[in-house]
Amino acid sequence: MISTTSIPQREAQPFLPYPFTETQPPPHLVTQGAEALLYRTHFLTPSTAAALKARPSKPYRHPTLDARLTKQRVLAEARVLVKLSALASDPDNEVKVPAVFNLEWDAARKINGLTEDQRGARRTTAAGAWLLMEWIEGKSVKDLLREWDSWFMATGSTASPEEVQAQVEAVKRLLRRIGRAVGALHSKGGVVHGDLTTSNIMVRPATNSSTSNGSAAPTIDENAQADDMPARPPNFEGEIVLIDFGLATQSVQDEDRAVDLYVLERAFGSTHPRQEGQFDAEVLQSQEGYRGSYKGANVVLKRLEEVRLRGRKKSMIG
Amino acid sequence: MLQPIHLAHTPADLTLYVAVYREVENASSLKQQLLAGNTEFEYAFIDASMILSTKQALAAVFRAINDYLNHRLKSRNIHSEIVFCLSPNNNIGEAFRRFGVSDATKDLLVIKVATTPDVTLESVGRHLSTHVQGQESPFDDATFRATADLDRIRKVYKISSLAPKATGRKPSTTSNGIPNGENMDATKNLEVQILGLMALRGAT
Ligand SMILES: Nc1ncnc2c1ncn2[C@@H]1O[C@H](COP(=O)(O)OP(=O)(O)O)[C@@H](O)[C@H]1O
Ligand SMILES: [Mg+2]
Repeated sequence: MISTTSIPQREAQPFLPYPFTETQPPPHLVTQGAEALLYRTHFLTPSTAAALKARPSKPYRHPTLDARLTKQRVLAEARVLVKLSALASDPDNEVKVPAVFNLEWDAARKINGLTEDQRGARRTTAAGAWLLMEWIEGKSVKDLLREWDSWFMATGSTASPEEVQAQVEAVKRLLRRIGRAVGALHSKGGVVHGDLTTSNIMVRPATNSSTSNGSAAPTIDENAQADDMPARPPNFEGEIVLIDFGLATQSVQDEDRAVDLYVLERAFGSTHPRQEGQFDAEVLQSQEGYRGSYKGANVVLKRLEEVRLRGRKKSMIG
Repeated sequence: MLQPIHLAHTPADLTLYVAVYREVENASSLKQQLLAGNTEFEYAFIDASMILSTKQALAAVFRAINDYLNHRLKSRNIHSEIVFCLSPNNNIGEAFRRFGVSDATKDLLVIKVATTPDVTLESVGRHLSTHVQGQESPFDDATFRATADLDRIRKVYKISSLAPKATGRKPSTTSNGIPNGENMDATKNLEVQILGLMALRGAT
C-alpha cells in the first residue's frame, strides 16, 4: 500500500460532502472511523434527527477503482437496511435498524449552480459517497457496559449484595436480548452483520412518541445525572437497535452466521473483560438468547465451536 | 394555503411552494398543459392518492434537487424529476402514469421549485388559483391520511401488507377519527420502506 504520509498534510477540515456544506446549523461530527465519518444532522426539517455517514474517497486509490469501492460499500449498507426495514411491518419483528432517508453513491466532483446564471460557475467538491439515515437515540452497548463498570467500581463495594445481584441480573438480561436480536437478524433478516461489536449495538430508550400505549416510559435523561459520580447503574431498558451494516451480507449459511457470532465473542472479550464470563451463557446459550431465537440456532452454535478452534490455531501460528 | 418551504441541506435561496387541492375538476386540462410543454406550467402535478405523507413528497423533492445540482436529471426538468423521484424504478413513463396528474385525478399535490427570484408566493398563488379548480387543503399528514390510496401505494412500491394478528385488535381509528397508536406505527413502517425504496432507485 502506498503511504500518504510522505506528503506533509496541513490540518484539514474533516470530510463533509456537498450539499451538507450548505446546512444550517452545520452537521455535528460525532465520530471519525477508519472508513467513514459520522455526523449528527437532520432530514428535510430540523425536527427529524438524522445520522450522516460520509465515506470520503481515498486519495491513494486509483480514482475509478476508488469510486467503485466507495459506492459498493454505501449501496451494500443501504440495501441491507432497506431490506431489514421491510421486516418492521411484522408485529413480532425483533430486528430494529435505522431507516434509510437518502443516499449518494455517485457524487459529481462538480456541482451545478442552482439558477441559470449560476450554472456557469460550477463548484468543485470533494468526492465520496454518503448515507443519510434515521438518528438512533440512546447509547451503544459498549458505553452502557462501561458505565456499569464504573458504577460497580465506585459503588459496588458499598452497595448491598442484593443490589449488586440485581444489577448483575440486569446485565444478563441485556446480554440475552442481544443474542435474540442477532438471532432474529440471522433468521428473519437472512443477513449476517459482518462487524458485530458492542459499539454497533445500541439501546434506544422508549419514548412517549414511539410507544403506542403512551404509558410513562423511562426517559432518555435518566442516566445523564450520573455523569460525574456514577451513583446509579445505567438503565438498559429500551429496544436493541443494530447499526453499521457496511460489511453486511445477505447469507443464510451456518458458517457465515457462526463467524458473525465469533467476531462478536472476540470483540466482547477484549472490550468487556468483566462481563466476558457471561457472554457464552447469556448471549449464546440461553433460551432467551441466541439459542432460543430460531430453529437453526443449534447447528450454528455447533459450527461456532469449529470456528473457535480454527481461530485458536490461527492465533497460535500467527 | 400555498405554503413556502425551505428544505434542509438545499441552498439557502431555494424555496419550494406546495399546495394541495381536493375535488379537482380540471385535472385533464392541467395534464394537457404539461403535455403541451406550456412553460407557464412549470409545476410538479402529483396525484395525491399516491402520497402517504409530507416526508415522502419532500424526500422526492430533496432527491430531485440533489440530482439537479449534480447535473444528472433523467427527465426534462426539475419538476418532472420530482415526479420521477417518487418512483421505485427507472421507468420514467411509468412514473408519470402512476404518480403524475391524470384525467382521473381527484386530489392534487402541486410543487413548485423557485429557481429565479421573480417566482414568489404571490405570483405562484395567483397563477394556481386562476388555473386549478379545486378546494385548497393544508399540506400536512392529516390531508394525506384522507387522500392516500394505501392499497395502490403498497402495490406500486411492491410492499406486502402482513396480515394483522386476529386476536384482540383494537378498531383502527378512535371515535374522533384519529388513528390509534398501532395504525400510526403501520403508517410509519410503510413510510420508512417507501423512503428507502425511493432512495435506492437507480442503484446498480
Ligand atoms: N443511525 C445512527 N444513530 C445514532 N448514532 C449512530 C448511528 N449510526 C452510527 N452512529 C454512531 O456513530 C458510530 C460510528 O458509526 P458506524 O456506522 O458504526 O461507522 P463505522 O463503520 O465507522 O464504525 C457508531 O458507533 C454510533 O455511535
Ligand atoms: Mg461501527
